[in-house]
Amino acid sequence: MAVTGIMLVLFLIAHMLGNLKVFAGDASFNGYAHWLREIGTPVLPDVWFLWIMRVGLLVAVLGHIWAATVLALRARAARPVRYAHRKKVQGSYAARTMRWGGVIILLFVIYHILDLTTGTLNPVGDPSRPYANVVADFAPERWYVTLFYTLAIVALGFHLRHGVFSAVRSLGQQTPRGEQRARAVALVFAVVLCVGYLVVPFAVLTGLVS
Amino acid sequence: MNLTLRIWRQSGPSDQGRMVTYQVDDVSPDMSFLEMLDVLNERLILDGEEPVAFDHDCREGICGMCGLMINGNAHGPQRGTTACQLHMRQFKDGDTIDIEPWRARAFPVIKDLVVNRGAFDKIIAAGGYITAPTGSAPEAHSVPVAKANADAAFSSAACIGCGACVAACPNGSAMLFTAAKVTQLSLLPQGQPERHTRVIGMVDAHDEAGFGGCTNAGECTVVCPKGIPLSTIGRLNRDYLTATTKSGDNTPGT
Repeated sequence: MAVTGIMLVLFLIAHMLGNLKVFAGDASFNGYAHWLREIGTPVLPDVWFLWIMRVGLLVAVLGHIWAATVLALRARAARPVRYAHRKKVQGSYAARTMRWGGVIILLFVIYHILDLTTGTLNPVGDPSRPYANVVADFAPERWYVTLFYTLAIVALGFHLRHGVFSAVRSLGQQTPRGEQRARAVALVFAVVLCVGYLVVPFAVLTGLVS
Repeated sequence: MNLTLRIWRQSGPSDQGRMVTYQVDDVSPDMSFLEMLDVLNERLILDGEEPVAFDHDCREGICGMCGLMINGNAHGPQRGTTACQLHMRQFKDGDTIDIEPWRARAFPVIKDLVVNRGAFDKIIAAGGYITAPTGSAPEAHSVPVAKANADAAFSSAACIGCGACVAACPNGSAMLFTAAKVTQLSLLPQGQPERHTRVIGMVDAHDEAGFGGCTNAGECTVVCPKGIPLSTIGRLNRDYLTATTKSGDNTPGT
């Protein structure tokens, strides 16, 4: 859970920084997107680097889901008779929404790839013009896309709030003071990432990026 | 105080069990929760009914015998206490109180609110000991222990093995118990010879007993009557990582 999660977190940071190039303008954003396909050339043939990253991410996602499924099945088997009186969450709300939050994020990722990678569900859908795809995607009349995006990012924020701390704990973080620090870092990181991802659709929605 | 109790009644391990409603009148707010159940049982006996079976022993919060899920809270609404230390002043006149046994596959119900916590003994038997000769207490200064380590070991050693951590865990995991029993020894010089085989053996025994896996949700430490911190599980994780990546023979029991 922890190792695959950290791999995905590193991707999330790089992806967010790339997204923010949308504020540098049409040419810069498109240039960045095209550069992604050429990293490593001429040592690697064209788009090889991108495909290596994609395979790595796929392995991380599958590993993450596999570990989560094992834990969920074990949890279910460990308590065959449920409590009649179920108490509201006393520990961390984020920790108790990891599984359903993860499912929401997975559904969003599938939609997101069909929308902005393959362009299948995008109104422009031209892979050579990613800036135009993004602007068309979050246009005010397609408010439901922005809403779904926002919900998914907030779910991601909750997921990271517990996930970052939990990963550090699983890898051997052991002091109470370190726990406070890890929880604080996880919270700040989750908020920063949420804001970093959400400014793009809201900039399009408000006409700041067009 | 007049109370309505909804209590889990199950005549034996193979019975299906159900919640049964009882009225208890004239409850003093100064009674402990178990004394209130005693009052109910005395009335049930006089009425010729089967009294409610529940575990209890010292009734002063140190034996770890009592364990009731009270309104979905392990050991009741008060923090840092066992069910026997809970007083009826924590409840209001006219309250309805749900009382259930610990729920876990590894803790099968024996009768009513009594569960078999023998799975904890299996975890202890897999490594919760030291092989140093014991006998009479040695001179305390002969083996120096850093104050921070002594304090952390002591906070782990406060575990009374009541099982509230398992009862409250959304995964049905006993990792707080296992971590407390591992780290109370791994922080002390006397616990070093078996440090690595202990953690592997006890985690294996934990998994074999049918407990769930830990996801650091933190519900356990909230209900723990001894306030064992969640960081204890981090110490267990650190020991487990070291033990499993270290070369050499890590077979438990060798």
